[in-house]
Amino acid sequence: MEAPTRPKKTIKTIAKTKTAMPEQDPAVRARNWNEVTLGYTEDQALAEAARCIQCKNPGCIAGCPVAINIPGFIQAIENRDFRKAYDVLAADNVLPAICGRVCPQETQCEAVCIVGNKLEPVGIGRLERFVGDMALKNGWSLATSVKRNGHKAAMIGSGPASITCAVDLARAGVDVTIYEALHTAGGVLKYGIPEFRLPEKLIDRELEALKGLGVKVVTNAIIGRLFTIPQLMQEMGYETAFIGVGAGYPNLMGIPGEGLNGIFSANEYLTRVNLMRAYQHPQSDTPTGMGKKVAVIGAGNTAMDACRVSIRMGAEEVYCVYRRTKKESPARAEEVHHAEEEGVKFNWLTAPVRILGDERGWVRAMECIRMELGEPDASGRARPVPVNGSEFLFEVDTIVYAIGTSANPILAQTTPGLKLNKRGYIDVSPDTQMTSIPGVFAGGDIVTGGATVILAMGAGRKAARAMLQYMGIAAVAEPAHQTKG
Amino acid sequence: MFKIVKREQFSPVTYLWKLEAPDIAKAAQPGHFVIVRHGDRGERVPLTIADFDRQAGTITLVIQAVGKTTTALMGLKEGEYLDDLAGPLGRARSFDKVKKVVCVGGGLGVAPTYPQLRQYKQNGAHTISIVGFRSKDLMFWIDRFKAESDELIIATDDGSFGVKGLVTGPLQEVLDRNPDLDEVLAIGPSIMMKACVAVTKPRGVKTIVSLNPVMVDGTGMCGGCRVTVGGKMAFACVDGPEFDGLQVDFDELLARAKRFDSFERESMRRLREQHQCHLPK
Repeated sequence: MEAPTRPKKTIKTIAKTKTAMPEQDPAVRARNWNEVTLGYTEDQALAEAARCIQCKNPGCIAGCPVAINIPGFIQAIENRDFRKAYDVLAADNVLPAICGRVCPQETQCEAVCIVGNKLEPVGIGRLERFVGDMALKNGWSLATSVKRNGHKAAMIGSGPASITCAVDLARAGVDVTIYEALHTAGGVLKYGIPEFRLPEKLIDRELEALKGLGVKVVTNAIIGRLFTIPQLMQEMGYETAFIGVGAGYPNLMGIPGEGLNGIFSANEYLTRVNLMRAYQHPQSDTPTGMGKKVAVIGAGNTAMDACRVSIRMGAEEVYCVYRRTKKESPARAEEVHHAEEEGVKFNWLTAPVRILGDERGWVRAMECIRMELGEPDASGRARPVPVNGSEFLFEVDTIVYAIGTSANPILAQTTPGLKLNKRGYIDVSPDTQMTSIPGVFAGGDIVTGGATVILAMGAGRKAARAMLQYMGIAAVAEPAHQTKG
Repeated sequence: MFKIVKREQFSPVTYLWKLEAPDIAKAAQPGHFVIVRHGDRGERVPLTIADFDRQAGTITLVIQAVGKTTTALMGLKEGEYLDDLAGPLGRARSFDKVKKVVCVGGGLGVAPTYPQLRQYKQNGAHTISIVGFRSKDLMFWIDRFKAESDELIIATDDGSFGVKGLVTGPLQEVLDRNPDLDEVLAIGPSIMMKACVAVTKPRGVKTIVSLNPVMVDGTGMCGGCRVTVGGKMAFACVDGPEFDGLQVDFDELLARAKRFDSFERESMRRLREQHQCHLPK
């Protein structure tokens, strides 16, 4: 379709700020599990799309780990050809409704948006979500008419890395089976991200795309226990396998008192609430076991999720406890802001040193110490240094550790020859994502340590390219960009 | 979906399932456990495998209705299907080099003790079994234990069969008689395993226990099943569930087992109410 002629846009003629996205009032949303942000209306999407100046040399595409043709899909929105916008998006990203919600666009595509040099960058994430939601509403999906070429690949884990890898392989004609350890597919999208940021139904609907492509999903299959990787490769006929199991092995601090009741890893806490639906307890069977005064240790995105979940679960007081300051906190600014709005109290420059229990073995308080910032450490962030003699008692009955995760040891224990790095993550060739075992590839958090959904997807895509090459399948010139619906 | 090919009611609250699960049966080793889940809102419950048959492609679970889920699952009939069954989970251990062993099973723990006993026997060990139940009418699998044991001692709390009292009495006596024991295996309620360790520890006899803390995923993801062993934190799901009993902090384990008691009581109350609603007036 020919784009209607309209005057050329320049940085001087467009709106200076992003079109605001409506969201639930903080006081209201703190008491419900509905989505916080409500998404653009058609008019709002058109207004925001009009802010993209269609740069000759756009920065945004390179800023996206899966290299979405961002100006292309925004142009289609502007032309009100939403179906085309979806086709352009889906060519590179099968999970636009998910990524539009959880990607840290401010450090990726939007960080390098040319408009952003002078004004607020284009709201790429919000537009992506708009198109993704529209596709779900209208039932648009990916093409199914891919000719199978007889090659077989196994995905281990069903999170973002494996999904992306699976889709790219399936589009090239490979017979793909995903093995998921839990009872439902989606990985961290399901167990880690709360309903109010990413509704479960939306994940399921977006994952329908896999079925359309003929990708098989086997749940309750713990690779390393039920089947080993050597079994997959030697007995079960897979030419290649992709390990995308995430890094879900929670870290604790190792301070005294961690065996007390009322202490959770964020993984346990969020898994109970999200995957097991403890937010509906007792209608659902799994409780959280939390109390009324909650301290969340850490200040990353997971910590913000845990804080905001606690608020909604009815905690009377929720504290975020972090040893550095707001400036160094790894969470997205938007998440910290939302948490503040919802009533989370922040205790910066504070670290627990031991946990005290009552006579029944439950947490009654943390002993904390004040910190101050010193010289930068290896991560480039100011090193927190304890202030001598500043210990104080912090009365809480629930503590959630959101201080990162390590590599799960199950696969490594049962896969002879799988090389790990010093931190226990899987060693891969940076060009191909191939591990020390020929034909076995890996990507996402199990390689990098905890990162983002979209980085995992980027790794899945890179691995898929190398896996096709490994199987001797010519890289599909133009991977089935056609969609049907 | 996993078919219940055989179901037996052992007592008003204890039942057996034989489930069709060929892949799990093939991979299962003595000491492994599975995670069971049923229904859209169901919780994940870890259960130690009580038997597996690789030829028939089945695994056996013996379940005690202690909470809402295990009580509700008691209603599934032979021929019906369980939604989710994940496993085998946990680390299997070596049975080599064990010449003489005592296998202690208490209550429901008698069931998962069985495949271990059989493995010891297959590996040529002299096997002494001590099984304990609250009373005679709760006993099960005595014939199976007889077949694999060189010596079998049965204890009941109320003395309605065999030795009266807890398993620790016979254990003490067996230890006295057998200074050449290689190891003791104890599986049952945490309090029983603690009591067994109290008997074996002063003699320094290697004692393996199979812990059963609350788990969510069972794959190392949540850390809810953490236990302190030898002063270090371990996850029962991936580092266990079997540990060196002499090193386990049982007091912490017992306290942690109470984490969800109040919720469980509430869920049970609701379950009973629902059942009453369905009763004919």
